[in-house]
Order: sequence, then structure tokens, then C-alpha cells
Amino acid sequence: MTDVTAMTATQIAGLVAAGETSAVEVTQAHLDRIAAVDEQVRAFLHVDTEGALAAARDVDARRAAGEELGPLAGVPVAVKDVLTTRGVPTTVGSKILEGWRPPYDSTIVQRLRAAGTVMLGKTNMDEFAMGSSTEYSAYGATRNPWDTDRIPGGSGGGSAAALAAYEAPLAIGSDTGGSIRQPGAVTGTVGAKPTYGGTSRYGLVAFSSSLDTPGPCARTVLDAALLHAAIGGHDPRDSTSIPAPVPDVVAAAKLGATGDLGGVRLGIVTEFGGEGAEPGVMAAFNEAVDTLTKLGAEIVEISCPHFQYALPAYYLIAPSECSSNLARFDGVRFGLRVGDDGNRSLEEVMSLTREAGFGPEVKRRIMLGTYALSSGYYDAYYGQAQKVRTLITRDFTAAFERVDALISPTTPFVAFPLGARTSDPYQMYLADLFTIPTNLYGGPGISVPCGLSEGLPVGLQVMAPTMADDRMYRVAAALESAVGTLTPPAL
Amino acid sequence: MAAISREEVAHLARLSRLAVTEEELDTFAGQLDVILQAVAQVGGVAAADIPPTSHSVPLTNVLREDVVTPCLTPEEALSGAPDAEQQRFRVPRILDEDVAS
Repeated sequence: MTDVTAMTATQIAGLVAAGETSAVEVTQAHLDRIAAVDEQVRAFLHVDTEGALAAARDVDARRAAGEELGPLAGVPVAVKDVLTTRGVPTTVGSKILEGWRPPYDSTIVQRLRAAGTVMLGKTNMDEFAMGSSTEYSAYGATRNPWDTDRIPGGSGGGSAAALAAYEAPLAIGSDTGGSIRQPGAVTGTVGAKPTYGGTSRYGLVAFSSSLDTPGPCARTVLDAALLHAAIGGHDPRDSTSIPAPVPDVVAAAKLGATGDLGGVRLGIVTEFGGEGAEPGVMAAFNEAVDTLTKLGAEIVEISCPHFQYALPAYYLIAPSECSSNLARFDGVRFGLRVGDDGNRSLEEVMSLTREAGFGPEVKRRIMLGTYALSSGYYDAYYGQAQKVRTLITRDFTAAFERVDALISPTTPFVAFPLGARTSDPYQMYLADLFTIPTNLYGGPGISVPCGLSEGLPVGLQVMAPTMADDRMYRVAAALESAVGTLTPPAL
Repeated sequence: MAAISREEVAHLARLSRLAVTEEELDTFAGQLDVILQAVAQVGGVAAADIPPTSHSVPLTNVLREDVVTPCLTPEEALSGAPDAEQQRFRVPRILDEDVAS
């Protein structure tokens, strides 16, 4: 294959390491691809052409100097605009940070650079990562490369669409309630949410701090595992970072790729089998379950009775944390300031700035969280949601005494048409019905393509115990070895 | 019965420092009502003796050595500020005029 943009990260890194191509050539090919198709896809908010080529030249120079480089050296990567990048615009999809150039790099971006990857630019997202379609981005929606009249998922729709459109072989996302996995599912790509605390939140613009988890996106399970290994691990600058090594996810992906799941016990969550999911999604999922059985996995059904309360609990916990976190956008230290005419008070300017800078979904969640945390309602809403979180965690713990991992469809429905769910916010929330329990528990989850429904991709989710990220990679890689990767129609 | 009134939403907007419009108040009141009715399902699920979970990682009191490490310069720290003066963030007046006088 001559077109480098169609290759996996593993293939690209191999060619660069063998000296058959250079990081500069690979980067230029992807920049050319972005120039050719991103007007249709709109995956990027900012393409850092000069920075990418400079980083690529640096990688080539280090290799020429005989430096030992990592397994992803020379591979381009797209970064969700939720992570700070020194000197490169970081908007979080919001007008309130338009034009902001952070004075520091997030840990994830630092590690990407140390690994020799080349950052192409920043990808579109729902404002502050609140949404499931990128339609809540202040800069317009990203389009699904499978059908540009449909949503690419969200909040990390830009990263997923960049992969599906062959604009980048690797991307970074962040997953608070499904924002890596759901876009992965609806674009036919792979998205992994690591164990909470397994990847650093330093420099990740905070939405819901007890749930936010940055993670890898790719077109293959092995590529995702390599990226996971490159960015993961303890970070002293994130006090919620787990002080333990990331499990060997790369070895697990390679083991899974042999297609042998002998001795692996998988649980299907009974509560996810009801009328929550589209028939076409369930059909593709059930076919994948048959495939997993043929690969040697033992499948059992497991009841997780409290999962049905995960969505309501999440929509109390996440907005509550958001209402507190987003208080920092006050028009004082960074970003927008509106209405400072010399007469208005700080409080008036603050209110005008936030009114002008935040979009409707962000405002809804700030007010919802403010409500849930207010005295008189705290016990009934936030307090109850925290108790439900305990019960959901207990469901997971009990399930993992019986099985190695749980599986489900990643999303209840395939990519929906743009505009189909924006008028009723709660209908949008349902997109994350199957992904949210994992966030509340804190364990890892991955979405891997498992087939098509109505010509659109369906994802299978694997959920594993906390700090057993390797298990989900093994199962996902095994399924991928049988199903193959999905290729969208040409743009 | 509505879970939340238009007046309550106006109060929440004030607490949230959002200068929302009258039109937004109408929209948000309806939408927040739908959402609150849905999330109210969490009530009564957990028994009184179930402890709350605030965080999935059981870490407490994470400490580090008290040593000086490199940090942003004042220029870097102020680089994104809407207004700055004498190496400080410049803000609109904080006190009401009648209080300040």
C-alpha cells in the first residue's frame, strides 16, 4: 500500500523506523489529507501545520543521531481540544476560551511528544465535553465520514472522525460518560477509556473531575494499546493519578489478536438487553457474541440491577462537579471578558461574560448542578446519586467475581442525523446509556467495531475491572481479528 | 406538577452568574423540568445505610516533597488575561459604589 494515510500507526512506525519513509513525509501526507477532506468532515478546530512539521523534523533528526525512539515515533496524532497545548489554541469547543493559547502542556501532550509522535492539531468536541454529537461545539458540528449528514458521536467526535476520514492514524480523547467510546462506536473506530486515574488529568480542562479520563483512539486495537501505553501511568502532578504501572495492554492486544479466548469468561448485562437498543444494533451485537463464543469465550448473563439508575445518577453527579469546576471561567484570568465598560461591577461583568461565552448545554448543566448541590435539595439529588454510585460499583464488583469482563453494545443506536436530538436534551443523554456505568465505577472500557446496521457502524463495548485494562484489550483484539476493521465509503 | 419553576431557574441563573435572557428562562425552565423529573429516579433506590461514593480511587492525603520546582513566569501566567496591570490581573470594581464611597 502506497498511501500512508490508510496505514495503521504500527505500520507507519515500522516504515519510519526502517528508514523507508520519514516522519516529515508521513506528517505532510496527513496534512495534505486534512487539506483535502476536512472541509467536509470538520474534525479539526486548529491544524498546527508548522508545529507538526517542526516536530516531525525533530523526530527525524533524533533518529539520524542514533537516538532510541519508542514504538510510535514519527506517527501523527490528533488531540481533542480539551487538553492544553503550550502556545497552540485550546478552546474546549467553547467561545469562552476562543483564542486562548495555554502557557503549558498537559501531561498527555508532553508524553505524546516524548514518545516521538507528531501532533497534527486540535479536534472538535461538544463544548466542555458535554454532549454526544459535537453539535454543542461553539464552532459547528463535525460530520461522520460514513455519512456526512450524520453525527460523529461526542463529545470527542472530532478525534473519531479524524480517524475514520484517514486524517490521522491516532487520536486522543477524553471520556467522562462515554465521550471516547460512543464516537468510536458510531464512526467504526476503536476508543478506549482507561481506568480512572490511569491517565493523567493534568492539563485536561475539567468538566467532572471524579469521572474525566483521557484515553486513546485509533483504527485498530493494537494501535490504541500502543497509544495507551505511551500516555498512561502515574503523574505526580495529578493527585488522583494511581501510583501503579499501567497493565501491559500491548501484550494483551497481541495475545488477543491470536484469536484465542479460551478460558475467558464474559458477562452480558441482562439490563442492557431490553428495549433500550435499536434492533439493528442488538442484531450486530448478538452476532459478535456468537463470534466471541467461537473464539473460545464462555458467555454468561449477569444481572446488574442498579445500572438502570446510572444515567440519572450521572446527570446529577457530572453537572454538580461541572457547576463547581466551571466557576473558574470568570473573565479574570483567561478567556473572554464581556461588558467591562468601566462602570459595571465584577459580578455584572462575570455574569455577562459567562452568558456570552457558554452555550445552552453548558448553561443547563451549570444550573442543574447548582440546583442539585443547593441546600434543601442536596440530600435528595446529589447525596442520593452518590449512594447509587456505590450500588453500581457493587454491581460491577459482584459481576467481576463471576466473569473476567462484561460486554454490551457501546451505544443504543447508530449515528443519528444531525439535528435529530438537539431539541430535547434528555434524548441526547440517552446516547450514553451503556457507557456511563463504567465511568461511575471507575473501571476501563473499550469500544471496538463489531458490524454494521443500516450500513452504519456498531460498536461492542468491553468493560473490565479497575486496573485490569489489559483484559479489555485482549477481548477487543480477538473480536477484531475475527470481524476485521471497518472501512467507510470514500469521501 | 413541575419539578422546577421559572422563578427558581431565574434564581439558579443568578447563583450561577449567568445573565440569561427572558427567552432563555422560558426554554431552560421547561428543559430542566424534564431532566429533573428523569434524574429524580435516584430517590429511594439506596437504603439509608448505603455509604456515598464521591470518587472511585481510594486515595487520601496525597503528599509530595516540599521542594521548589519550575513554574510559570508572571508574564506567562498573565498571558491569557483579558486585562493585566503591574504583573497583576486587573478586574472590574468589586465593591458597590455606595459601599465604596
